[in-house]
Amino acid sequence: MFYRENGQFKSSYRADQAIFPIAQDRWFVIAVVLTAFLAVPPFIDQYWANAVILPFLVYALAGLGLNILTGYCGQVSLGTGGFMAVGAYASFKLVGLFPELNFLIVLLLSGFITAGVGMIFGLPSLRIKGFYLAVATLAAQFFLVWMFNKVGWFYDYSPTGMITVRPIEFFGVLVTGPEAGSAAKYLFTLSIVIVMALAAKNIVRGRIGRAWMAIRDMDIAAELIGIRPLMAKLTAFAVSSFYIGVAGALYFSIYLGAVEPVEAFDINRSFYVLFIIIIGGLGSVLGSFLGAAFIVLVPILLKNVMVGGMGMASGTAGHVEILLMGVLIIFFLIVEPHGLARLWQIAKEKLRLWPFPH
Amino acid sequence: MNLRKLTGAAVAAVLTLPTVATSAQAYELVIPALEYRTGPYAPNGIPLANAMTDYFTLLNERDGGVEGVKIKLATCETGYNTAKGVECYENIKNTPPSRALMVQPFSTGITYQLIPKSSVDEIPIFSMGYGRTSAANGKVFPWVFNFPATYWSQATALVQYIADQEGGMGNLKGKKIHLVYHNSAYGKEPIRTLESLAAKYGFEYKGLPVDHPGQEQKATWLQIRKERPDWVLMWGWGVMNQVAVKEAASIRFPMNRFIGVWWSGSENDVLPAGDAADGYLSGTFHAAGGDFPLHDAIRKHVYDAGKGSGDRDRIGEVLYNRGLVAAMWQVEAIRNAMKIHGTKEVTPAMVRDGFESLEVSEARLAELGLKGFTYGIKITCENHEGPGRVAVQQWDAKAKKWNMVSKFYEPLRDITGPLIEEDSMAYAKENNVTPRTCS
Repeated sequence: MFYRENGQFKSSYRADQAIFPIAQDRWFVIAVVLTAFLAVPPFIDQYWANAVILPFLVYALAGLGLNILTGYCGQVSLGTGGFMAVGAYASFKLVGLFPELNFLIVLLLSGFITAGVGMIFGLPSLRIKGFYLAVATLAAQFFLVWMFNKVGWFYDYSPTGMITVRPIEFFGVLVTGPEAGSAAKYLFTLSIVIVMALAAKNIVRGRIGRAWMAIRDMDIAAELIGIRPLMAKLTAFAVSSFYIGVAGALYFSIYLGAVEPVEAFDINRSFYVLFIIIIGGLGSVLGSFLGAAFIVLVPILLKNVMVGGMGMASGTAGHVEILLMGVLIIFFLIVEPHGLARLWQIAKEKLRLWPFPH
Repeated sequence: MNLRKLTGAAVAAVLTLPTVATSAQAYELVIPALEYRTGPYAPNGIPLANAMTDYFTLLNERDGGVEGVKIKLATCETGYNTAKGVECYENIKNTPPSRALMVQPFSTGITYQLIPKSSVDEIPIFSMGYGRTSAANGKVFPWVFNFPATYWSQATALVQYIADQEGGMGNLKGKKIHLVYHNSAYGKEPIRTLESLAAKYGFEYKGLPVDHPGQEQKATWLQIRKERPDWVLMWGWGVMNQVAVKEAASIRFPMNRFIGVWWSGSENDVLPAGDAADGYLSGTFHAAGGDFPLHDAIRKHVYDAGKGSGDRDRIGEVLYNRGLVAAMWQVEAIRNAMKIHGTKEVTPAMVRDGFESLEVSEARLAELGLKGFTYGIKITCENHEGPGRVAVQQWDAKAKKWNMVSKFYEPLRDITGPLIEEDSMAYAKENNVTPRTCS
């Protein structure tokens, strides 16, 4: 009833190629973005910012990066944790070496550095595929974490190897450090994530994205029709690592504030982001956000319901939460193996006919 | 139908999240308990958490609280994970009525996260014998307290014990002392001090990292078997401790030359290796065993009333006593705060003052039912570490008991002092903190 394209005729190619061709979709997304920018900041408090929304945004961005590599280009990568570490340490060193640099430039440079590292570790993808490539990226994961643990220059020779973010101002407003306001941190991260998500959506809809999808579906056929695998795979690694590097820099600077490489960027982080995109939907920008919402927010929701609402002991609630997350993941993968994004797509298809079933 | 009800409850709970109010009208002292009963560090986290819960339950039941004000324990499960620790802290820190009076993260990683936030949120951090060692400098870290001793003091104490066994500090020259450490901020803490001590006293130091969670140590101990160091120190936690003791036993390393830090010297670390762990040493700053009057009081008022939080026969384990002493000093700080400020409705800032002028003498320990349990402490504005004294205890596998086998060593402040100064000043510079002056 509400979700109809009746009467929506496009009169130019440009209108036809819009990201959201159906007006209801467009209005919905605009409403969500406006709410996020205008309605949330006055009400956000430290708990919601630091523990709920910032990790969701950071992991959505990391998921977006990994989705570009694994979902759109089909190159399985278990090096996400290591690449996030590159982004984090790059931002730490850049701020230390060039304190006058604008923080946005620092983030972009961290992304570029990570893109370079990602391309180097992506070179094996030209020879190996699938699980074997996953093992090669595992080498990236372990090597990078080992390097950041061992080489003193990266953590400014501190005795414990932990790096702590310096308070940084962005056009006069503190965005990092404990004194930064929750609204400032939230708006900064939100802007970056939305801009990068838009960029990702456009890249994957364009020539490069189609090259990636061709490589994913049948790389030999793609090579035969003239897509150069070298360019496609390396650009996939580069763009993906850029996103993951920026996510890692945000993860360290804005969300956590202090990290040690073994706990924050180990193999579990790589699996975590991989699970986000598998549950959310491979090969979908929306899927990264839905997966991040599920994996990051549902445990917090469960904990608050169990401990706060039902009065369970926190240790018991911790065990039950692990159990429930596993059950929910199995349930969703059985119900819809293509992820939550596919569930959303099916819901929209059914909405077209609602309330008339057939 | 059930799903809808559950969702409705979930939505309602989420909406009331940050404003969960208590129903009590009387003032209550909110004490957060960041515990880990899940994850690879749970075997050690559980007795710590049980002891703290039992002590506060004892005070509430037997004494009606602290000076008549009940304690409200706000527990949160962190799983020794930094992100969850931050979430727990943010959730609990503003709990009414008193706000979280202090926070004990029981994790070095989480402590590092919270140190910058503590001065902004004005909640003191009590990182008892762990966390950031340079927080001993109270001028740079007014909100962080790490008494009774830090890792650097403990490193100097353990080396003094080794020297005593070898016949004097001069006999350390040429000896090989290796450190098996958890490859995290916690495990790396003693490295700089040990390197300074090695440079000064001429022994050969080598560090052998073990990655989290610490179950794969075969390569480490094969290396030790090959290199045959004279002494091995260990900075481990969780399952790493048990695995290390078992591996050391399997390569037949002499247990009386194997000293663990005080977080590596508990019953669950040595019991799995059975008799082979006999003679294993560890640092400590309090007695082991459950024969003190306080333990009897806990058994009587808490466990007999069915309000115990763990197993009755685990009362008196090393980590249980560790949790007890942490809870005891916390409560004494609150009492001190009430005394200084002349009010029972203390705020976290007042409790910080309570910590900073805390004095718990041996006489007071006797009053609390802990005569001879640990030494007296006195905290000052400049020195948030307190006395820094550490003793060594030894495991008797047949009697299944820990026995104190050394005196309490004073820390070598000529080594740790300059290191603390250097590290705290580096923090001050990085974070634009002006060191305050202590009158």
